[in-house]
Amino acid sequence: MPFGLLKYGLSKTYPAKHHFTPRKDLKKHYDVVIIGGGGHGAAIAYYLAKYHGITDIAILEKGYLGGGNTGRNTAVLRANYLTEEGVTFYRESLKLYRDLSNEFDYNIMWENRGQLTLATTDAAIGSFRWRAEVNKHLGVQSELIGRDEIRELVPLLNLGDGGRYPILGGLWHADGGTARHDAVVWGYAKGACERGVELHQLTEVTGLDVEHGRIKAVLTNRGTVQCGCAVQAVAGTSSLLAAMAGFKLPIHTYPLQAMVTQPYKPILDPLVSAPHVHVYIQQTSRGEFVIGGGSDPYPLYNTRSTLEMKESLCSAIQELFPFIGQMRLLRQWAGITDMTPDYSPIMGLSPVENYYLDAGWGTWGFKATPISGKTMAELIATGRVPDLIKPFGVDRFLRFEQVNEAGATAASH
Amino acid sequence: MSGVNRLPAPAGLLVDHDQPISFEFEGKRYKGLAGDCIASALAANDQWLISRSFKYHRPRGVLTMAGQDANVLVQLPTDPNVLADRYPITEGLRVHGQHYTGSLEKDRDAWIGTFAKFLPIGFYYKAFYKPKGAWQKWAPLIRRKAGLGVVDPTVDPGYYDKQYKFYDVVVIGGGPAGMQAAVTAAQAGAEVLLVDENPVLGGSLTYARFDIDEPNSEVTRQRLLAAIKASEHIEVMTDATCNGWFTDNWLAVIRGKRLYKVRAREVVLAAGVMEQPATFGNNDLPGVVLGSAAQRLIRLYGIRPGRRAVILTGNDDGYGVALDLAAVGIDVAAIVDMRSQSRSTPLVDAVREGGIKVILGHTVYEAIGTDRHIKAVMVSRIIRRGQCEDTGDVIDCDLLCVSVGYIPTYQLALHAGAKLHYDDESAMFSISDVPQHMRLAGSVNGIYDLDAVLADGRRAGWLAANALGLKWEREPLAPENTGASGRNFAWPIFPHPNGKDFVDYDEDLQVADIINATRDGYEDVQLVKRYSTVGMGPSQGRNSALTTARLVADAMGRTVAETGVTTARPPFAPERIAHCAGRSFYPERHSSMHHRHLEAGAQMLLAGVWLRPAYYGGKGERDRCMSEESLNVRNNVGLVDVSTLGGIEVRGPDAGEFMNRIYTFAYVKQQVGRGRYVVMTNEQGVVIDDGVACRFHEHLYYVTATTGGVDRVYQNMLRWNAQWRLNIDVGHVTNAWCGVNIAGPRSRDVLAKLCTDVDLSAQGFPYMGVREGRVAGIPARLLRVGFVGELGYEVHVPQHGGEALWDAMMEAGYAEGIKPFGIETQRLLRLEKGHIIIGQDTDAMSHPGEVHLAWAIARKKPFFVGGRSIQEIERRPFSRKLAGFVVNDLAAPIPQESHLVLRDNAMTGRVTSCYYSPTIGKPIGLAFMAPDQAVPGQTVSIRSTGGVLVRAEIVELPFYDPENKRQEM
Repeated sequence: MPFGLLKYGLSKTYPAKHHFTPRKDLKKHYDVVIIGGGGHGAAIAYYLAKYHGITDIAILEKGYLGGGNTGRNTAVLRANYLTEEGVTFYRESLKLYRDLSNEFDYNIMWENRGQLTLATTDAAIGSFRWRAEVNKHLGVQSELIGRDEIRELVPLLNLGDGGRYPILGGLWHADGGTARHDAVVWGYAKGACERGVELHQLTEVTGLDVEHGRIKAVLTNRGTVQCGCAVQAVAGTSSLLAAMAGFKLPIHTYPLQAMVTQPYKPILDPLVSAPHVHVYIQQTSRGEFVIGGGSDPYPLYNTRSTLEMKESLCSAIQELFPFIGQMRLLRQWAGITDMTPDYSPIMGLSPVENYYLDAGWGTWGFKATPISGKTMAELIATGRVPDLIKPFGVDRFLRFEQVNEAGATAASH
Repeated sequence: MSGVNRLPAPAGLLVDHDQPISFEFEGKRYKGLAGDCIASALAANDQWLISRSFKYHRPRGVLTMAGQDANVLVQLPTDPNVLADRYPITEGLRVHGQHYTGSLEKDRDAWIGTFAKFLPIGFYYKAFYKPKGAWQKWAPLIRRKAGLGVVDPTVDPGYYDKQYKFYDVVVIGGGPAGMQAAVTAAQAGAEVLLVDENPVLGGSLTYARFDIDEPNSEVTRQRLLAAIKASEHIEVMTDATCNGWFTDNWLAVIRGKRLYKVRAREVVLAAGVMEQPATFGNNDLPGVVLGSAAQRLIRLYGIRPGRRAVILTGNDDGYGVALDLAAVGIDVAAIVDMRSQSRSTPLVDAVREGGIKVILGHTVYEAIGTDRHIKAVMVSRIIRRGQCEDTGDVIDCDLLCVSVGYIPTYQLALHAGAKLHYDDESAMFSISDVPQHMRLAGSVNGIYDLDAVLADGRRAGWLAANALGLKWEREPLAPENTGASGRNFAWPIFPHPNGKDFVDYDEDLQVADIINATRDGYEDVQLVKRYSTVGMGPSQGRNSALTTARLVADAMGRTVAETGVTTARPPFAPERIAHCAGRSFYPERHSSMHHRHLEAGAQMLLAGVWLRPAYYGGKGERDRCMSEESLNVRNNVGLVDVSTLGGIEVRGPDAGEFMNRIYTFAYVKQQVGRGRYVVMTNEQGVVIDDGVACRFHEHLYYVTATTGGVDRVYQNMLRWNAQWRLNIDVGHVTNAWCGVNIAGPRSRDVLAKLCTDVDLSAQGFPYMGVREGRVAGIPARLLRVGFVGELGYEVHVPQHGGEALWDAMMEAGYAEGIKPFGIETQRLLRLEKGHIIIGQDTDAMSHPGEVHLAWAIARKKPFFVGGRSIQEIERRPFSRKLAGFVVNDLAAPIPQESHLVLRDNAMTGRVTSCYYSPTIGKPIGLAFMAPDQAVPGQTVSIRSTGGVLVRAEIVELPFYDPENKRQEM
C-alpha cells in the first residue's frame, strides 16, 4: 500500500482539494488568453506559470477540461518519426512525459511498453529501415526486426503464414508507450491552477477583436476579455479560430474513429500497429482493447460514429489476432483531426502579431503535449521562436520547406 | 423438477418443463430446462452468486434479468464476459464465474473491499508514482488485477457473415407499443420489420403487471400476435438486437452469427424502459434485485425467486411485484414504501386487502447478508430527502425487490442525435429532439398505462406510414393519460455511513466516490465519468446514469437537466468483433500469367494488392538467381510480366492539351506512333508518378502508370478535369490489359517469330515507337521502351490473352535462350541503367530537379500541375540531390535501401536503391545527399549494416551503356 493513500483511509472526512479554478467570473483583462482547455492549452499555461512567472492567464474552454481530442485520442506515445525535425521534437516530448507524474504530483501512468509497427511489403521494410536509421542517429530507440523477434514480442500475433498478408518484419520502437490521456491534461491544469492560472470551462470563444494586425480582445459567450496576447490550441477547429483571427490555415479536417472492447485479463503488452490493414491496438491498464485506424475518408466536423469504419477496423484487427473476433465491443467514438499537407504541426507565429498558433495536430497531438506546451510557453514569454519548433512555422508552406511525415503517420498514431 | 425454486408446469413462458438440460457451473452439475438462460437455471437451483465485482471482488448476482448489468458476466471455456441472464443453457455447457482468485465462493481478493477507504476515487492518480519510475513497477501488479474474463487466444471465432435489408418501417422493440406500431404501419401498406431482442414478442406483456386483472396482458399479447401473423407486410426478427443507429436510419441488427445492415425509411423506437436500482448500504448483495427482475424470473422462467421477500418501492409498481410474489407462494414480509403516503389505487388496495404489511415513509437502510446472499434488511424512517435514521427494524428475508423508477432505453435515440431531458416534477428523463424519420412509442416515450401505450404505438405506426405517403384512416390522437405520474421516486438515494452504497456496480463506485469527484474539482458530469470511471464499465451507465446525474446535480447546486448524462455511443449491447468483421474481404490480385510464374518456381512478393514474381528459384537463392537472370537479359533475352502496370486511356479532341496540363512534358506535338516519358507532379511540385504516354491516334493516348500509383493518377485526372472541362474521357484500363516486356539483344529475333504484321526493323520501329499489331495471333499494343537498358518491347494484349502470350514467347525464344526474370532483377537492371523508381528513389518531398528529371519538364508551355511550385523551388538552392554511387571495397557490407549518408556524423541523405551489379562487378546504388557531395569523383560515407561506415564513390549516371547504344540498336 503506497503511503500516498494512507491519509484517505485514516482521515474521517475525505481530504478533498479542488484541482482547478472554482467557477468564477471572467476578469476584464488577462496578460495571456489561451483558447482551448485541452492538453496543449493546459500545458502552455503550466509552463508559462512555472518557468516564466506569467500567471495572469485565462484558459477558455468551450466544453469541459480535456473534452476534445485530448480525451478522445488513443494515447499512443512514440517518437519514431521520419524527419530530423520531427524525431527531435517528439523525442523531447517523450523525455518530458517520463517525469510528468512526479512533476505534477499526480500519476499520469506513463507506461513504457514499446510499440511495434508491422511490414508486409519490401517497400514497407525499406521505409521502416529509413525510420530506424534516422531514429537511432538521433538517439531514439527504433530497430528493424524480423519475424522471430516479432513472435517473441507478441506471441499471439498471426504472422500471416499462408494468408493474405505474411508479416515480413517490423519496426520495434522500444521507447514507445502510453499514458492516461485524461490525467495528462488534468495534471497540467492542476499545476497551472495551483500557480494562479484561471481555467474557465463552458466558455466559448465567439470572436476575436483584431485591430491593425494585433489582437485586442477575445469575445466569449460570457463576455469580452482584453488580452496582452492570445494563443489558439483548439485541435479540430483550428481553421475556424484562424478564420476569426482573419487568416487561413492549410488544414483539412477529418473525423478519426476508435473503439474499445469490454475488459479482459491482460494478454497484450506492446502497442501494435499494422499500416497494411489500417489498424492499431493496445490493451489498457483496465484490460480493454483499444483499437483505432486511419481517418475517415472525407472532411467533416462531426464526431458521429460510422458502421463502415467499425466494420473495417474489426476485420483488420481480426486478421492480426484471430481470437479477438470472440471479444465484445463496448463503445466506438470519434475525434476530429486537423490534417496538414505534410503531416506535421503548425506552431509559432501567425499573421496576427500577438496571436500564436498551436495547430495542425492531425493524429499526432497527444504525444506532443508536453513539448508543445513548453516551446509555445517559451515563445509567448520571450517573443522568440524556439529552435525546436522553427521548422513548424506556418510560413514553411510558402517557402516550400515542408516537414513531411506522411510515411511515419498513416494508421500508427 | 429442475431445481428447488422451479414452479410447477406450465409456469414460465420461455421454458419447456419436458426438456431438462444439465450443465455445469463452477464444476458442479445443475439441471435446468430448455429455454432457461444461465442465470435463471442457476436461480432455479438457488445459486444466486454468479460473479465477483471489478474492483472490490464483492459477490454479485442477478440484478436486472434483462442483460442490462455486469453483475452476471460469466466465463465460458472459450468465451469470456458472457451475460448469464441472456445466454441460453445447452446440454453440457460449462460455465464459471469470473474475476476471482481461488474460488467464486471464497475469492482470495475479497480483502480489497475492506480497504476501500484507502482506495478513494481516482486513487491511481494519487499514488504509485514515487519515487520516480515507481509506476513502471506498480503497473504490472495492478494490471494483473485488471480485466474481467479470460481470453482464449487459441479460439477461432468461426464463420460470421452479413446481410443487407431494406424496409419502409423498422420497429425496434416488440413490446405492446412496438407490436401495435408494426400492425398499424403494415395496415397502411408499409413493409415493416419488427425487431426484438427476446425469444418471443410481447416485451412487458410477458412479465409485467399492468393491473390487478393479470390475464389481460396475455390476451392483449395474443391479439397483437394474431394481427402480426395475419399481416403479409410484417417480418419479425426475434432474438435480434438493434445495436446501433447510424446516419440516415442505417441500423446494425445482430442475430445469431449474422450482422444485418438494415436501411429503414422510417424508424419507430419502442425500446421500453430500464428499471433503476435504489442506493443504500449493501445494495449489491445477491438477492437484491429489481422488481421487474423478480417478475421476469417468475413469468418467463417459472422460478420462485425467494421464500421471504421485502419490497422496497417508491411507486405503485412495487405493489404489483408484491402481488406477483404472493401469487407464487412467497411470503411478502413487508412493502417498504419511500413515499410518506400512498394513494388509493387498485394495486395498492389489492395489496392491503391481501394483508401485506406496508411501511410508509421508510427505506431500506442496509441489506444484511452472509458473504454471498441477503438474509435481512434494516428498515429505517426517512427523515428528509436522502437521509434516514441510522437505526431501524431488522426484517429477515432472502429476497429484496426494488421498484423506484425507470429510465427510457435512450441509447438508439441518442445515437441519432436526440437529447435526454430531465423533468424535476416527475423526476424522470424523457427523450427530446428526436430526429426526422424516427418516432418514439410506448414507455420509451414516457407512456406507461397499457391502453395509452397501445394508442401511442398506433399513433407512431400511423405517423411513420403517413410520412411515407401511405394514407390510412385519420391520425390517431395522442393518449391522454400517460400513467407516468408517480413512477419515479424523486430521490431513492440513501448514503450509508460505511459506504458500500453502490451507484455503479460495474466499477464499484459508491455515493461518496461520485461526490468526492466533484469536490476534487471534476464538476462536469463528463469529468466525473472520466475521473471516477462511472458509466465506463460493461453496462455503460445503464444503472448508474440517473443516480450519477442526481448526485452531481445536488453536489453542484445545479438541476439534473443542466447536469445531463454522458454521451451514448454504439453499440447498444456488447457485440462481438467477429460480427462486425464478418467475412473479411482482403482480395489478392493476380496477373493472368500468375500460374506460369508459380510453375516456373518464382518467389512471389506483395506489391500493393498484387502478387508479383520477385525472381525464379529457391528461397535462399535470390542473389544467384538475380545475377543469372540479369546476365541473360544483357546477353540473350529475358521476359518479365508487366501486367500490373497501370493503364489509362485519355481520349478526345482535347487529349493532347489534357496531357500537357496533367504531366510535366509536352504532348500536343507528339507524333502518332510515338511514346513519350511522362512525369506527374502534385501541386507542391513533388513527383508522384511516371510512365509512358503512347499516342495511338490524334485523339488517343494510352498512358502507363506505376503499379501502386495508377489509382491515384486516375483520381487526379478526374478531379482536375472536373475543373478544366476539357473535351476528353479518361478510362482506367488496367484490368483490360496485361503484358510482358521482352528485353535483351535477341528480343527482336524472338518477337519477329510471333509478329509479322509490324515492321520490327530498327528504322521501321525505332526506340520509343509504339505500334499496334498481332503477336502470336493476339491483338497487341507494342511499346519499344528501354527501362532495363536493352533492346526491348513491351507487348500489351487483352487480359484473356495473357497466358497464351507468355507461352508463345517462352516457346518462340527457346532457341535464343529466353528466360523469365522477376521484379527484383528488373529493379537491378533499371538501376544499372540509372532509371529511378517513383516511390523508391523519390519520397514525399522530391521535386524533379533533385532526382534527375528536370529534362522531362517542358518549360515553354503555359501551365501544368505543379509547374509554378517547381519554378519557385528551382529558384532556391537545392537541399539535396540524388546521385549514383559505387562501392569499390568489395569486402564492405553492401549498403541497403535507407542506410544513411553522413558527413561529419551529420545526416545528409540516404540510400534509395543499392544492389550488387554482376555487369558492373561491384555494388551500385542511388542515394540522396547534399548537393556538394553529389559530384562524380567525390567519396561519401554510408552507415551500412552493423553501423559500419562504407566509402562510396560518386559516379556519373547511368552505370551501364551511357551512350544508349544497347536500347537503340
